[in-house]
Amino acid sequence: MADTLEIRWHGRGGQGTVTAAKVLADACLSGGRHVQAFPEYGPERAGAPLRAYNRVSSHELRMHCPVLHPQVVSIVDATLLDSINVTEGAKEDAAFIVNTSKDPQEIRKKLNALPTQKVYTIDATRIAIENIGRALPNAPMLGAVCKVTGLVTLEHLLEDVRKSFGKKFSQKIIDGNLEATRRGYEEVKEG
Amino acid sequence: MAKIVAVTGNEAVANALRQVNPDVCAAYPITPQTDMMQRFSGFVSDGKVKTEIILVESEHSSMSACVGASAAGGRVITATSSQGLALMNEILYIASGTRLPIVMPVVNRALSAPLNIHGDHSDAMGARDSGWIQLWSENAQEAYDNTIQAFRIAEHMDIRLPVMICLDGFIISHSIERIEYLEDEQVQNFVGEFKQLYPLLDLAHPVSYGPLILPDYYMEFRKAQAEVNTKVPEVVLDVAADFEKISGRKYGLFETYRLEDAEIGIVILNSAAGTTKDVIDEFRNKGIKAGLLKPRLYRPFPYVETGEALKHLKALCVLDRADSFGSSFSPVYMDIASSLYPYNDKPILINKIYGLGGRDYLPEHAEIVLNELIDIAETGNVKSYKEYIGVRE
Repeated sequence: MADTLEIRWHGRGGQGTVTAAKVLADACLSGGRHVQAFPEYGPERAGAPLRAYNRVSSHELRMHCPVLHPQVVSIVDATLLDSINVTEGAKEDAAFIVNTSKDPQEIRKKLNALPTQKVYTIDATRIAIENIGRALPNAPMLGAVCKVTGLVTLEHLLEDVRKSFGKKFSQKIIDGNLEATRRGYEEVKEG
Repeated sequence: MAKIVAVTGNEAVANALRQVNPDVCAAYPITPQTDMMQRFSGFVSDGKVKTEIILVESEHSSMSACVGASAAGGRVITATSSQGLALMNEILYIASGTRLPIVMPVVNRALSAPLNIHGDHSDAMGARDSGWIQLWSENAQEAYDNTIQAFRIAEHMDIRLPVMICLDGFIISHSIERIEYLEDEQVQNFVGEFKQLYPLLDLAHPVSYGPLILPDYYMEFRKAQAEVNTKVPEVVLDVAADFEKISGRKYGLFETYRLEDAEIGIVILNSAAGTTKDVIDEFRNKGIKAGLLKPRLYRPFPYVETGEALKHLKALCVLDRADSFGSSFSPVYMDIASSLYPYNDKPILINKIYGLGGRDYLPEHAEIVLNELIDIAETGNVKSYKEYIGVRE
């Protein structure tokens, strides 16, 4: 990991994207690391495009502005690929993680990604429907981001998901999210 | 031992207020503060604090309730933002003139019209002459630490003045960051028992609050209030020294960053100071002697100390997240200009307005300003003394 890892999330209101950024920040606290998680605030509407950001670093994070040059771009809703330039400002060695049933090669073409950039896909919506019963792709996306970045171990992430969701939800929902996170971690494909 | 958490600025300050466990809290919601008082009222409902919470119908009422409860002899808090602070304005002066040690986090937000819920400093700048002490905070950690220290400063027997703790709306209030919490017991020992001074509810010793003072004594009263302000910086430093002993974190009247040997500098408040520090490091790596001063105790303003810290620079820019309509320059600029006025040798001083209504302050903005300062330091030529940056032409 570089000294500071910067992540940009693209999602739509209601998909749990902001929650995913928050859970990731919490999970990354271990080992004395500094973290930030913050959404871009606007009129909050279900279905509207939104961005959220993470910074994780071994030293104090003083920058208080949006992430402009992300190393990781997590796209929680693939329909955004048609309307938003998700590659904007991404580093030359950036990794894109896209929630889609499509093949990574196909997405690489669509993104017009540089040969030095990596493209990953994960069918997070299907995993969510199978395990949570609703199209809430944030848990599998979180698992995929964790696998690609290597920021924390899967066990550590699952423990944090349990803690974050445990305050609000029933055991059934928690178990579904844990399984969805684990599958996101294991099923993410590189291409 | 310190507990390390990842929380929002609002959550961190609400937790500081829980640890202090004040007697009375008056609360009225306003974005982006709402979430702070919502969390605190949760602590009240869950029995985590013994605070009596008063849910009022406006901020004018919330500050009025604070004045009453504080005069009665309680440790009193509220919190607000933007229009809420503006609506309190009349009562702010009553709180400070009556010397009531009320503590109030202010989550900085733009003023209407046009309506905007995002962060800038126009709200607190409108209250800068109200007689309240103002502590400004770069991040969630500083907001938490300043809140705890505010009680000791406000309640100091030589001071007895209300304190605002300013933090940037959304940028800090709603962003999650790593911070270190002190133990509840450490905080309680640090702030200590509340010491009453002429409490209204001490029926054995009746007192009057809010009397009429005619021209024969009003001016003496005001002079006494001005003199109290001169004692504030020393108390702020004493409290900071005690706080460092329990936290390991050092606070002063202001923070200087790579300023001592600097030739060009920036003065900037709150969260934008952090972004600026990162850019200053980049310029230092290129061999450019840049530095920064971030005010913390903004009211009363430590003119002498600030002027001493800045006078050696060749060129200096004050970046303000508020304007002062109808005056030549913005609020912080005017204070910095005053602090430098007594010196024969002083930097060329320019003023930039940035980030109004939540407009992002980006590293490129700091770069533009520093490059302009390099040019001014070399040539002495100034293109413009006051300018809006990051704005469409």
